[in-house]
Amino acid sequence: MTTPILEMKNITKTFPGVRALSDVSFRVAQGEIHCLVGENGAGKSTLMKVLSGVYPHGDYSGEIFLQGQAQKFNGIADSERAGIGIIYQELALVPDMTVYDNILLGHELKSGLTVNLNETIKKATEMLKKVRLDLNPSVKVRDLGVGKQQLVEIAKALSRDVRILILDEPTAALNEDDCDNLLNILRGLKRDGVTCIMISHKLKEVIRIADTVTVLRDGQTVCTLDAARGEVSEGVLIKHMVGREIDDVYPRRTLKISDEIVLQVRDWTVYSHGLGRSLLTNVNFHVHKGEIVGFAGLMGSGRTELARSIFGNPDGFRLDGEIVVKGQKKSFSEPRNAIESGIAYASEDRKKNGLILIQDVKQNITLANLRALATRSVVDANGESKVAEEYRTALTIKTPSITQKVLNLSGGNQQKVSIAKWLFVKPDVLILDEPTRGIDVGAKYEIYTLMNKLVDQGMSIIMISSELPEVLGMSDRIYVVSTGRITGELPATEATQEKIMQLATS
Amino acid sequence: MILKDFRAVIRSNIREYGMYIALLVIMGIFTITTDGVFISSRNIANLLNQTGYIAVLAIGITLVIVIRHIDLSVGFLSGFLGALTAIAMTAWGFPVWAAILMALVMGTLAGLITGFLVAHVGIPAFVASLAGWLIYRGALLLVTLKTGTIIVPNDAFNAIGNGYIPDIFPAESSFLPELHKLTLLIGFAAIVWFVLQSIRDRKDRQSYGFEVLSRDMFTLKLVFISIVLGLISWVVAGYNGMSWTLAIVIVVVVVYHFITTRTILGRHIYAVGGNPEAAELSGISVKKITLWVFGSMGLMCGLSGILFTSRLQSATTTAGTLFELDAIAAAYIGGVSSAGGVGKVTGSLIGAIVYMSLTSGMNLMGTDISLQYIIRGAVLVAAVVFDVTTRKAKS
Repeated sequence: MTTPILEMKNITKTFPGVRALSDVSFRVAQGEIHCLVGENGAGKSTLMKVLSGVYPHGDYSGEIFLQGQAQKFNGIADSERAGIGIIYQELALVPDMTVYDNILLGHELKSGLTVNLNETIKKATEMLKKVRLDLNPSVKVRDLGVGKQQLVEIAKALSRDVRILILDEPTAALNEDDCDNLLNILRGLKRDGVTCIMISHKLKEVIRIADTVTVLRDGQTVCTLDAARGEVSEGVLIKHMVGREIDDVYPRRTLKISDEIVLQVRDWTVYSHGLGRSLLTNVNFHVHKGEIVGFAGLMGSGRTELARSIFGNPDGFRLDGEIVVKGQKKSFSEPRNAIESGIAYASEDRKKNGLILIQDVKQNITLANLRALATRSVVDANGESKVAEEYRTALTIKTPSITQKVLNLSGGNQQKVSIAKWLFVKPDVLILDEPTRGIDVGAKYEIYTLMNKLVDQGMSIIMISSELPEVLGMSDRIYVVSTGRITGELPATEATQEKIMQLATS
Repeated sequence: MILKDFRAVIRSNIREYGMYIALLVIMGIFTITTDGVFISSRNIANLLNQTGYIAVLAIGITLVIVIRHIDLSVGFLSGFLGALTAIAMTAWGFPVWAAILMALVMGTLAGLITGFLVAHVGIPAFVASLAGWLIYRGALLLVTLKTGTIIVPNDAFNAIGNGYIPDIFPAESSFLPELHKLTLLIGFAAIVWFVLQSIRDRKDRQSYGFEVLSRDMFTLKLVFISIVLGLISWVVAGYNGMSWTLAIVIVVVVVYHFITTRTILGRHIYAVGGNPEAAELSGISVKKITLWVFGSMGLMCGLSGILFTSRLQSATTTAGTLFELDAIAAAYIGGVSSAGGVGKVTGSLIGAIVYMSLTSGMNLMGTDISLQYIIRGAVLVAAVVFDVTTRKAKS
């Protein structure tokens, strides 16, 4: 066997009270696409932070070799110099700067004391060509979609002459088209001799693109699988990731949908002053009691805007149309009104606008319904703890205590806290926007089970999801949204991935 | 065993106790360097009276900073309102109570105007309150233009900043002749209330099956805090007893502490500070909370203006100069974070006392004013460095 381009040997990294990595070994061959999979908290991101020098040498034990040579990185600058580029899940672009400025940020091309603008634009254009992104490098990053921003980020890494490119969940926020595009570009980079390490939760992608897959579990290497030898399949990966087999990704339930319509939205049109155009036009839909309604569509099709405009319109869009809740016409001027009428919305970005990260589990769970715990506006602290403990048990939120800051919880458990907050409000209609984004297989299953239990108890759920299998697996009825219009309504029994994709792109 | 518990409790609460420890250290140093003059009842009484008008501003601005805003206008607003109070009593013939009420109401209105500009119009708080800084400074000069310094001849009003609560027993009585009996009684009542309340809270938590401090630690804590409260009342009782200023500050702190820690409004304020978008989506009106907080800030400006005018027994053309920066410094020393959602009103009170102790102690030592500023600056940085590093260590 030839010398691997990268070899990490016996890496152990501990945080106060936790051993995040124990004795992990990881080999990557020259020019391959190597995927790193594992549940949340398995240690993938920590391992990549060790590699990229975020945790400097001496902060961990073990050795790193690049093409056989031992490396001691004291910071990201060191690893960058050695040809390692890392792209984080949260994009590190400056939205109000141009694409070319972003690509060469920190490595500006100078002539004398000033930045050489022409060279910068030329270099940026070259890099954009490598990621097959055809756009004017003078536009601001803010004006690009997430998919294109992701590509700009890759172009930025390439401008540093990377030999090893690390991508941490690059497709988490992308729609199917952008995903495909990204995977193709990775294949192209591979042909150019760039080695890629990709962390991903989306196993289907991993199967499509990986040459080799390494599975981590609880901070240890479980195995390394070779795709060429046919060792990689979804079942095998899941088995290694969770240490058990999940026969059915989507738990079954007995249907108990009543004829009663709890929410009806008619001729809903949403206009954004900021963008100067309509985001949604003449949308009609309804939700029965005890039903899970899926909203499928591409990123940017208007699903989140639909949910938010119904949920008290915090963005201040101009609205037209009517909302009928349990037979009564309603209009909400802020989220509070919507909540009072029995509608709840768990946002798609739990860190940004779902949770208060610096507050603890208990405060987050009770936030939306403190009134229920208060007498004359004074909150009963003990009653609050009791409620929080109940939800912690019911939703199996893994936390050392309810006074732990939400900041310190894993993604799946944060999501459970965010759902618990709405369960305490006891809504009639719960809107879940991307409820399983960025969380691991085990936690997904738990959230699906919970959703089933809730509709069983008579709650209705609207689920917005970009993962088609999830929409198909969980929904009773599916609406497909495309460029601000509902382009189709399908009962779950008739829906297929192909049909949905066709409607979503129509 | 107790020692181990003790260490664990201290370590996990180092951030909270740090400020109290710092205050003790500063007081200790000054007591030594001034041969005990600093800790004398007379000096402490003076110190607390001087702290009053900064402390109430610090408490108000704590909440403003918690919700990620700032208010630069508070200094001159309090100066302006103080001057108006003086004019109302001297020129317009307002009775004391009406002049005070007017200052408080106008302060609240002024705060609501800033709040409205920030919350509803969307002007950055820095700019809105900078405009306020200019406007109230001009207004202060305008109303004192003709008269210059306005002397307030009203004894009842001047007692707020200089007077002391009356005693229940005549001073000549043979029982504890040197001490203010009512102050001692209040201190004793506070200790009893604190002990009973703590025991009730603990029992309550136990009845729910929640974790509580071990019996030994709990007793230790009660004894320690009781001794501290006892000592404070003893020192304060040693010189005329509790001042009206101190009484007012205590009431303000108790009310604000209660609101911020126990009520829905308090929880909503910290939620808005922690993550305004999440708070809005949780059904909290961020605009309403912003208005409330700026309104309360204005109310505190009114109170501060009254305390300062009364303390000087007059309104001057420069009253309120740099109060805003003193208040902000006190709040930061007290552990408030500009990232939002973090900071306690009790912390800011201690911060204000720390800040004023430095001034008082260095004045007693005869330290030059130039050096005083440098040292206060260094303490401010040290406090925030301590805060930032302990926070990192914890997460």
